[in-house]
Amino acid sequence: MAAATDSAAGKAGFRAWLNKRLPVDEFMESQLIGYFAPKNFNLWYFFGSLALLVFVIQILSGIFLTMHYKPSELLAFDSVEYIMREVEGGWIIRYMHSTGASFFFIVVYLHMFRAMLYGSYRAPRELLWILGMLLYLALMAEAFMGYVLPWGNMSYWGAQVIVNLFGTIPVIGPGIVEWIRGDYGIADSTLNRFFALHVIAVPFAIAFLILMHLVALRQTGSNNPDGIEIKARLNADGKPVDGIPFHPYYTVKDVVGVGVFLIFFCGVIFFVPTFGGLFLEKPNFEPANYLSTPQHIAPVWYFTAFYAMLRAVPDQQMGALLMLLAIVVLFFLPWLDRSPVKSIRYKGWLSKFFLGAFVVSFIALSYLGLMPADGLYVILARIFTTVYFAFFILMPWYTSIEKTKPAPERVTYHG
Amino acid sequence: MSDESVGGSDAVDTSRRKFLTVATAATGAVGVGFTLVPFISSWKPSERARALGAPLEIDISKLEPGQMITQSWRKQPIYVVRRTPEAVAALAKVEPSLKDPKSESSEQPKYAQNQMRSIKPEVLVLYAACTHLGCLPKQYFTQADPAMGADWPGGFFCPCHGSRFDLAGRVFNGSPASANLRVPPHSFESDSMLVIGVDAAAQGAG
Repeated sequence: MAAATDSAAGKAGFRAWLNKRLPVDEFMESQLIGYFAPKNFNLWYFFGSLALLVFVIQILSGIFLTMHYKPSELLAFDSVEYIMREVEGGWIIRYMHSTGASFFFIVVYLHMFRAMLYGSYRAPRELLWILGMLLYLALMAEAFMGYVLPWGNMSYWGAQVIVNLFGTIPVIGPGIVEWIRGDYGIADSTLNRFFALHVIAVPFAIAFLILMHLVALRQTGSNNPDGIEIKARLNADGKPVDGIPFHPYYTVKDVVGVGVFLIFFCGVIFFVPTFGGLFLEKPNFEPANYLSTPQHIAPVWYFTAFYAMLRAVPDQQMGALLMLLAIVVLFFLPWLDRSPVKSIRYKGWLSKFFLGAFVVSFIALSYLGLMPADGLYVILARIFTTVYFAFFILMPWYTSIEKTKPAPERVTYHG
Repeated sequence: MSDESVGGSDAVDTSRRKFLTVATAATGAVGVGFTLVPFISSWKPSERARALGAPLEIDISKLEPGQMITQSWRKQPIYVVRRTPEAVAALAKVEPSLKDPKSESSEQPKYAQNQMRSIKPEVLVLYAACTHLGCLPKQYFTQADPAMGADWPGGFFCPCHGSRFDLAGRVFNGSPASANLRVPPHSFESDSMLVIGVDAAAQGAG
């Protein structure tokens, strides 16, 4: 009895000692327990924490891959095969990393779609959305450079196509391409610097942006499926009546999400790691060969929507510009949406129609980008590219003229 | 220094302080700018890469009409052909059956965007990569080659997917390739010295 009291006192003593020097409890209290999130979160609200989980998986598996990988023109492909065949546990670490790349985009696309669904990009969360978009850009750069590292034939030709896009910039383009490659073709120097950027520079940028994204979220608070501000109604303690502490309520909920996510994630790693050539493309199981182009050069599935737009335009320069615009236009979403309500639940049928058309066009373009660029495929790519841009360009019009339902005073659970 | 000049007034001269802050920041920014130079330059092709990618000189004095040599430049195989006068004359006749006879949607330096796709009518220089999927087209220079049919004017045939090109590297209708074979930048240092990698215009010889 006396011993137990002593140890409890000792613990309290240590905690007090620690907190005097490092504000652990204060941080927990202000950022997790004292942070109130809307109580009506639904399934769509899992993907933010899952994106963070995938980031951690990628960092951990990536660190272990760098211990065996060699970023050299002559050794890269063999070192990846060495990891797959001879390093104990190497295959599963590599499949975690390659599957993680695709799952990163799956959860990020769903996370972004959630924001579009419930108007999470609207004021006061414009900067939160922009920070998220910057994260998306950094993730694209990270994924592209990571894809070059195995130095398979698709790595090589994919890098060729993407780097050459910079060559379409007027006047300085060719110089920039040479500067990026560090040689007159995609070469050892290109591979080596992509490795450096992939393992150090871009992950640092991503970690920093995640921190900023979370800090900005703490400032504005989470949106919710009803798109109303819970901070508008506070109880006697000054806490939102429609909010619950993030910890333990949402941390526990997110742990359930992690469990379900891992079932899918492990399922892919164990049973379909290449996912039928979608997650790891077949031509990439051949070493890079600068004399032989793969039958169809296509990027990995998460870039194919933009690739389809690039090929839909006969002029390469205009195609590259259009592809860039397709991403840039997303940054302006907070100012394009003029609806009096945020959530799709209370918007009119025009918004619902255009959001649906946008989703269909993005999926269709992703499919078309995997197909050869001829005949009907190009015509369809042109149609869906038009639909994609119509969603954004017409948004100020259809969000301001349509009849909306009044948003509720308090958050709701149905629908 | 007298006491008066030090503590003459309690008021802080903010405009002076602002000027010093801006001046210090600007000087620092210039310093950062100069520090960036070596880091940005380090991405340019290194001396080794530049030496390996230097222009390639080829002596073509021993290249007989109707012959072809293959050279490698910047990891790309290059074909150099000395065409016979008959072959040059035949280039005009095949134009109706070509996809891009004027080389408008093909890649070549300006001085090679002509019927011969070359600087000198007889000397043809091409990247030896099929514009379809990068295989090496084979030489079939004899007119009416039995393997190619009676109306074959002489040219290249890609064994991978059957693209056919004339003796100026221009692609025939019905080929999977959609553009003519690419022409690398090249020029002549003398009548017999071909230089791959230096543009003819730069020498004023175009």
